[in-house]
Amino acid sequence: MKAYDKVKIARLTTRPTALDYINHCFTGFLELHGDRLFADDKAVVGGLAWFNDIPVTVIGIQKGKDLKENMERNFGQAHPEGYRKALRLMKQAEKFHRPAICFVNTSGAYCGVGAEERGQGEAIARNLYELSGLKTPIISIIIGEGGSGGAIALATADRVWMLENSVYAILSPEGFASILWKDGSRAEEAADIMKITVKDLYDLGVIEKVIEEVPGGAGEDFEFTANLIKHNLQEELPVLMAYSPEEIAENRYKRFRAFGVYNE
Amino acid sequence: MALFGKSKYAPLVHKIFKKKDDIVIKKAVATPVETEKTGFETDKAPEIKVKCKGCGSEISKKEAGKYKICPKCGRYFRISAKERIYITVDKGTFTEFDANMTAANPLNFPEYEEKIAAMQKKTGIKDAVITGRAKIGGCDCVIGAMDSSFIMASMGSVVGEKLTRAFEYGAENKLPTIIFAASGGARMQEGIISLMQMAKTSAAAAKLSDAGQLYISVLTDPTTGGVSASFAMLGDIIIAEPKALIGFAGRRVIEGTIKQKLPDDFQTAEFQLAHGFVDMIVKREDMPKRLAEIIKLHYNKGGKEQ
Repeated sequence: MKAYDKVKIARLTTRPTALDYINHCFTGFLELHGDRLFADDKAVVGGLAWFNDIPVTVIGIQKGKDLKENMERNFGQAHPEGYRKALRLMKQAEKFHRPAICFVNTSGAYCGVGAEERGQGEAIARNLYELSGLKTPIISIIIGEGGSGGAIALATADRVWMLENSVYAILSPEGFASILWKDGSRAEEAADIMKITVKDLYDLGVIEKVIEEVPGGAGEDFEFTANLIKHNLQEELPVLMAYSPEEIAENRYKRFRAFGVYNE
Repeated sequence: MALFGKSKYAPLVHKIFKKKDDIVIKKAVATPVETEKTGFETDKAPEIKVKCKGCGSEISKKEAGKYKICPKCGRYFRISAKERIYITVDKGTFTEFDANMTAANPLNFPEYEEKIAAMQKKTGIKDAVITGRAKIGGCDCVIGAMDSSFIMASMGSVVGEKLTRAFEYGAENKLPTIIFAASGGARMQEGIISLMQMAKTSAAAAKLSDAGQLYISVLTDPTTGGVSASFAMLGDIIIAEPKALIGFAGRRVIEGTIKQKLPDDFQTAEFQLAHGFVDMIVKREDMPKRLAEIIKLHYNKGGKEQ
């Protein structure tokens, strides 16, 4: 399958959303709202839930299923207050010794006037800074689009997993083509060289796990993929929770410290 | 790995975990540099004229003076990393870190090596940041300066690694760390590896902070994209140069989204000051004095010299 075909599947409006997975994998989801600074960003959902008998913090970037819900969710493009809400909830996860699980699905952080006025850059930077040293386990799962800074703001994690047909990139293939070749229509070509598919990212060590989907994508058999996520969390959470808070933070630092290829 | 049957990705698992066990974190390697003799001073071609972004006048380098200021309208010209270090640090005190680090090609991106080689030839530097140790107004510090003439100072592995090592050096040696940011954002040719540098440099800035050391971030024209969404926005104290472009998303991208034109002062240093994202705006010619003053307020406890 061509890289751009995966982009198309990742963007399908029929693709299961963060809330679909949250409701399937956890019980008793109790949504919490607001960043305590400005507003409640509906592009980001978060709260408390049970994973079997473990209390967890869950966060997701939420796309809508139709135009009306997409307007409400801002098409899954978060404002600074969305990232700040996520950080607030993850700081509480640290305080109460709960693991945090993030579901990432965004074409990118929102590009608008209010977002700039309220510090979109600062909000993402603050998440990277705080999450890199957070003393509780974080697992991030990219379930559709993993769009640049808007995605890594919720994926500075101990384990980053991707669904088979999701993509994770520095920029959309359209944006990439228009920056590099001044021609946005060359997106398919861009997708091929950008290394945005699970296979490429796995080989580069950017992700630890690929979670399979049935042919045609997760929307064709939601339970198949959702059960796999659940199973993998069941295996991995005890492993991460066995580390001391200091070890967890140190290992996460090392995980990101290792990225980079250069000559000297 | 997978719940049902064998995963087609399973054979790769060992490779990843092996890599993690083998992580070796390298430290900054210092090489002394005589700033006075290696082109850190600037006036090689003093008669060459450049167009001022502020008033459109043709100004020669000589007319722009040491600080590269337009004599007609007071606007700053963009300056190289070497010029930045030259006008900021005390004479003869700069020791460069990792002077020989160069870009590899992690994604096997077409023509990336050729692009790097051409940029190195054009700019006389190896990649888009210079880091090192120096004194400013007599105060010891770690300093980094980005160079927008090198692929818009985009952040790939070299920029990310050199800055990370600079922060780690500051943490280990208990030194204030000053980074002059100037960048268009991520290095497109390094794709996802470039994105990872945002987390890496932000984590390193946190290490410096955990070690109780001061980080001053100086935002210069332009500080945008992934750099504005990582280490540049994380200083204990954030300074901006007057009229510098500072923001996350590009102006044209936002105008395309909202379908209207943005005001001229949108995403300027002054806009960021008004919205609470920088502590102060400092003129280029006052910068060394102001930096020294801030460092002394943090490191000269009880009136004692450092």
